[in-house]
Amino acid sequence: MSEAPSREAPGREAPMATVWLGGCSGCHMSFMDLDERLLALAERVELGASPLSDFKDFPPADITLVEGAVANEDNLEVLRRVRARSKVLIAFGDCAVTGNVTAMRNLFAVEDVLDRAYRQSATVIAGLPLGGDGVVPRLLPRVRPIHEVVQVDHFLQGCPPDADRIFDLVLALLEGRTPEIARRFG
Amino acid sequence: MSVKTLTINGKTVTGLAGTSLFNTAWEAGIRIPRLCHIGGLSDIGACRLCLVEIEGRPRLHPACMTEVEEGMVVRTESERLHAHRKLIVELLFAEGNHVCAVCVSNGHCELQDLATSLGIDHVRVAYQHPRRPVDASHARFTLDLNRCVFCRRCMRVCDEVEGAHTLDVAGRGAELRLIADLGQSWGTAESCTSCGKCVQVCPTGALFAKGSAVGEMTKNRAFLQYIVTAREKHEWIRK
Amino acid sequence: MTPEDLNERAAAERARQQGFRERLHCCTAAGCLSCGAEELKRDLTAQVEARALSQQVEVQGTGCLGLCSRGPLVRRASDGAVFHELTPSEAGLLLQPGDAAAEAALAAKRLDTAHPFFAHQQRIVLENAGRVDPERLESYLAADGYSALARAVSELSRQEVLAELRASGLRGRGGAGYPTGVKWELVAKQPGTTKYIVCNADEGDPGAFMDRSVLEGDPHRVLEGMAIAGYAVGANQGYLYVRGEYALAIQRLQGAIRQAEREGLLGPRVLDSAFRFRVDIRIGAGAFVCGEETALIASIEGGRGEPRPRPPYPPEKGLWGQPTLINNVETFANIAPIIRHGGAWFAAIGTERSKGTKVFAVAGKTAHTGLVEVPMGTPLRTIVYEMAGGIADGGRVKAIQTGGPSGGCIPERLLDLPVDYESLVGAGSMMGSGGLIVMDEASCMVDVARYFMEFCRDESCGKCVPCRAGTVQMHQLLERFCAGQAGEHDLALLKELGTLLREASLCGLGQTAPNPVLSVLRYFPEELDQRLHHDAEAAAAAAATEPA
Ligand SMILES: Cc1cc2nc3c(=O)[nH]c(=O)nc-3n(C[C@H](O)[C@H](O)[C@H](O)COP(=O)(O)O)c2cc1C
Ligand code: SF4
Ligand code: SF4
Ligand code: FES
Repeated sequence: MSEAPSREAPGREAPMATVWLGGCSGCHMSFMDLDERLLALAERVELGASPLSDFKDFPPADITLVEGAVANEDNLEVLRRVRARSKVLIAFGDCAVTGNVTAMRNLFAVEDVLDRAYRQSATVIAGLPLGGDGVVPRLLPRVRPIHEVVQVDHFLQGCPPDADRIFDLVLALLEGRTPEIARRFG
Repeated sequence: MSVKTLTINGKTVTGLAGTSLFNTAWEAGIRIPRLCHIGGLSDIGACRLCLVEIEGRPRLHPACMTEVEEGMVVRTESERLHAHRKLIVELLFAEGNHVCAVCVSNGHCELQDLATSLGIDHVRVAYQHPRRPVDASHARFTLDLNRCVFCRRCMRVCDEVEGAHTLDVAGRGAELRLIADLGQSWGTAESCTSCGKCVQVCPTGALFAKGSAVGEMTKNRAFLQYIVTAREKHEWIRK
Repeated sequence: MTPEDLNERAAAERARQQGFRERLHCCTAAGCLSCGAEELKRDLTAQVEARALSQQVEVQGTGCLGLCSRGPLVRRASDGAVFHELTPSEAGLLLQPGDAAAEAALAAKRLDTAHPFFAHQQRIVLENAGRVDPERLESYLAADGYSALARAVSELSRQEVLAELRASGLRGRGGAGYPTGVKWELVAKQPGTTKYIVCNADEGDPGAFMDRSVLEGDPHRVLEGMAIAGYAVGANQGYLYVRGEYALAIQRLQGAIRQAEREGLLGPRVLDSAFRFRVDIRIGAGAFVCGEETALIASIEGGRGEPRPRPPYPPEKGLWGQPTLINNVETFANIAPIIRHGGAWFAAIGTERSKGTKVFAVAGKTAHTGLVEVPMGTPLRTIVYEMAGGIADGGRVKAIQTGGPSGGCIPERLLDLPVDYESLVGAGSMMGSGGLIVMDEASCMVDVARYFMEFCRDESCGKCVPCRAGTVQMHQLLERFCAGQAGEHDLALLKELGTLLREASLCGLGQTAPNPVLSVLRYFPEELDQRLHHDAEAAAAAAATEPA
């Protein structure tokens, strides 16, 4: 992890990033619900990589919000790279924190899940989209919350977390305060 | 009946002989975390959340099942107790499939409340994702074992208050499960009177009234105090 | 039967026995039975009849001779010689005394009873093994059977029996070592006339069979101990809680109870006294947790075998809410000798705080395995090296395990520790019921800990959260260690869970379940370290790609 920036308090003008793993994008929607506060945020911090921006390789970030659980091999790889390049990493929303709905497939074997999705309920082409091209990443045996794979600095619960709390957390981090995350768990 | 004087968290309190530490603390306004204890039913000491420290005794004692004694010096909060309680609640979250976001009791759940009050922001132990059945065969209620924490309140209220003893547990360890009558589906259990007391005492969304959507299931436990007061003191008052 | 009748019957039986030129005792405990002891005994009896020797040679069954791995065993009473792995034709040679050729042919099958495996034993609990036929009351009577009970009910007051017990210093053999005399006194001083005696014969530790061998080999001994206890504490009803797997023990106990009742040794007038005592058998379904006393009580009551918090302890509120004395099989087996010879005699054996002897089931990689009974205070080293002969192929001992799933491992360098309750607990293990497993250099200690954690996970009753859910997690973490996928974080979690289980579980099963792991942490931390993945995140990623 030689390229890792130190995991200390982030600087005021550093880029902030968001990542979307195995989740429904609801947490990102909630982020958009910051509405005009996005502008206030933009004054303090540059928005680097995110599902909304175009990048080839995840650039270093001071604060990274990670939505979603670790569900496939791509999620695993992305998460490890993001962790290595982020000073502060936040589990963003219940799927990232607990696995949540994404992890409900853990009750079944991967083969059965795929079979149900791609064969039994297929309407156009029935068959697994695996192939050798690696376009569709392989599912991991089990979906995991992100802290089971990398070190997480803060946990932001909620499905999705509401905008106020996202704002409070990011602001606290930018101001170098210890964020208080008082909310019901789960 | 004799009265015992003791201190809890430095506060001098009194309790009738035979009263539990939990109830004595409660009367004095001291709240001890709990899950299996519920006022009005017998105690089983199963969840271990109410463990407290008693001076001069090396072991921890469940407040719900420890009787007050003269001169006892009790501590209900300490770093060690807090650590234990936190880990117990984490174990419970990891053991079942709670998936709070899509639970009928989301926001009205004692397990969630415990996690919040203990400052839990994530679960360190591995989620087990067991396959547990949902029994929706009863006309009015559903038993979703995915969210059961095996506090056995439902069993006890069914046995001790309703007198039906429809519910019980079978299996052991991680294979523990709640059953109706002799292990048949609840809807066919003839001993069940459909009174719904079990639903009201259940701390989580494991037992709920049919037709509830996410976050809609709230529980009302006032009936229990009412019945127990009536039975024990012959006073028919709603508090 | 009056005490005088008892003496006469015993004397008559002894005279009958002396009438034989030779008496051959075939071990008919489960170990030997499984390698053909019953057939051997039948064949030998037929040979005796065929040679018209019935007036001169007696063939009888007897309890466990100890070296189960070499069965079927036969003991020759005239010189105490023990023969192993006998075929019927070889056994026939035993019927040719003075025949040098026969003796020479038998030499290869003769066990060296001067070997430390036998010589270092001191038999109190197992004194009748090899001498008494468990299916014949007379045989037990000839070995002073029921004389202690007779002495108690006809000569001693309840207080005097309690005083002998206290003087003996006997402590419970079920694992925890609670002073038996103190326990009896607690029950004795409870008010009320309905009290119970319970014998804990649930023996659930994997690999342990000490209690089984006593029940199978000397059932009357246990009944006598229970009856003496009933007299001393004022109880008229006893229950023997035996695990269902012990079919032979149950059968012999049933036979023994019938005989004893018929002869007035149990029943409404024990040995013609005013003391009334009945014993009934309750059969367990083989759950380890049912050996825990409150779970055992719940099971006898017909409920689910689950522990409840103590206090109240059984001496105050036990079976059906009444004062109840629960002791282990081996504890009860020590009672008759103590009453016969006096508490002071017993107290002279053993160490300052642990008196008498202890039976161990020695298993593992040693040259000899089986049951040994040694005085308390015997160094572990003596048992492992001298008696059991060290590692079979000349390998080195790495550690021993005592106390089963509740105990821990003790490294080789600590083997000078004497066998007593405090030393073993001090070393992070415990006496337990008497399992003793010897491991060599090839054994992986982490794997041993994983095995015992798996056992506890499977046997957890599921009532309390720390044990029900915690054993599952601890077991998974240990599997991660075994697979080389554990990081520092996992080690910390393992320790934290261990503390939780120990301090917060409801009963002894959960409270002691972390012991095997804790002892690995204490004595073999390098074995856990070696399995730690140095890069925690890489370890976690590796784990994530594998099904958990
Ligand atoms: C999980 C567990 C299992 C136990 N199993 C047995 C057993 O199989 N046999 C036994 O005698 N005691 C067993 N015990 C100990 C009993 O609870 C009890 O202490 C003992 O029978 C008392 O007898 P003693 O004083 O003669 O040792 C067990 C305890 C626990 C916690
Ligand atoms: S169903 Fe509810 S009340 Fe019953 S044991 Fe489960 S969690 Fe407790
Ligand atoms: S410690 Fe284990 S065996 Fe004992 S009560 Fe708790 S769950 Fe049951
Ligand atoms: S409330 Fe006391 S143990 Fe559960």
